Amino acid sequence: MSLPHAWKEAGLLTLPVMFGYLPLGAAYGILAIEVGVPWWAAVLMSLVIYAGAGQFLAVALLAAGAGLVELAVATLMLNSRHLFYGLSLLKRFQGAGWRKPYLIFALTDETYSLITTLPAERAGDQALAFRVTLLNQGWWVLGSIAGVLIGTTLDFNSQGIEFALTALFIVLTLEQARRLRQGLPFVIALATGLGALLLLPDRHLLLGAIGAATLVLLLHFHHTRRREVSA
Amino acid sequence: MSTPSLLLFIAVCALATFATRVIPFVALARHADHPLILHLGRYLPPAVMMILVIYALRDFRPLLDGRLNAGADGWPMILASLLVVVLHLWRRNALLSIIAGTGAYMAMVQLGWWG
Repeated sequence: MSLPHAWKEAGLLTLPVMFGYLPLGAAYGILAIEVGVPWWAAVLMSLVIYAGAGQFLAVALLAAGAGLVELAVATLMLNSRHLFYGLSLLKRFQGAGWRKPYLIFALTDETYSLITTLPAERAGDQALAFRVTLLNQGWWVLGSIAGVLIGTTLDFNSQGIEFALTALFIVLTLEQARRLRQGLPFVIALATGLGALLLLPDRHLLLGAIGAATLVLLLHFHHTRRREVSA
Repeated sequence: MSTPSLLLFIAVCALATFATRVIPFVALARHADHPLILHLGRYLPPAVMMILVIYALRDFRPLLDGRLNAGADGWPMILASLLVVVLHLWRRNALLSIIAGTGAYMAMVQLGWWG
């Protein structure tokens, strides 16, 4: 595949993320300027931190004059769901070579979703994963720069455009279901997701649901292993 | 805030974020082929995807404090989501499903059909 063609393929894959990251990145940039963060610091954060909710939190903590320990703990808590993403990508990122550090650094919810839903024959294509990952961060940085430059909302009424990310997750869930043809992970996710929705405050929802789903999968693994051993 | 302390602030946040992403790869580097890790690699992504959908739709609370909550953006969200599901099952074109769903959602919230 020629290089321009390869980037075009990755670009099409990341288009829905672009619809989400440009406005969200812009919202982040606007907020950062509003609370008095210098423009270069706001853009630098999108380059070296690169975490949507994490950056909103960081800007809020910066404005509130929080200490470094408080910042570190809050960031670790908020982003700890990434731990589980890594668990399921250990095998896939093997042999990614020089691309691996960046693939790990830039592992957001959306990038994780796109990479794990690539068609089976492309699953080992590290170059494609790298292009998708890089483009996604590109959209986020571009959005941040736009927000920093504009400082206020755009004339174009973009209200509701973030739904693109919701739609992306729905489409990727359907694709995962088509590929796997097993109900198990979806039943587990419904149970832990709805359970977390009922029991946990908003800020712990994702971590609680994903952590609980991982735990159930661990138990399921031990259960099936024991059955295989005794059979 | 001075520039050095601002840079320190950003560095701490960047390191803490990177830590949450890199820890599994460092701690479990030798166990990538363990059956348990392969099991999680197979079943965790679809589960996470479904949880992200539930999370994205969490504002849909038709009953809030025991009262009908029809004015929120919840209904446009559910209707647009159904459109995405139906379109995707029908045509299986990811971009089409996402653009049509997002367009429908934007139209509903901007025109205030459910205001």
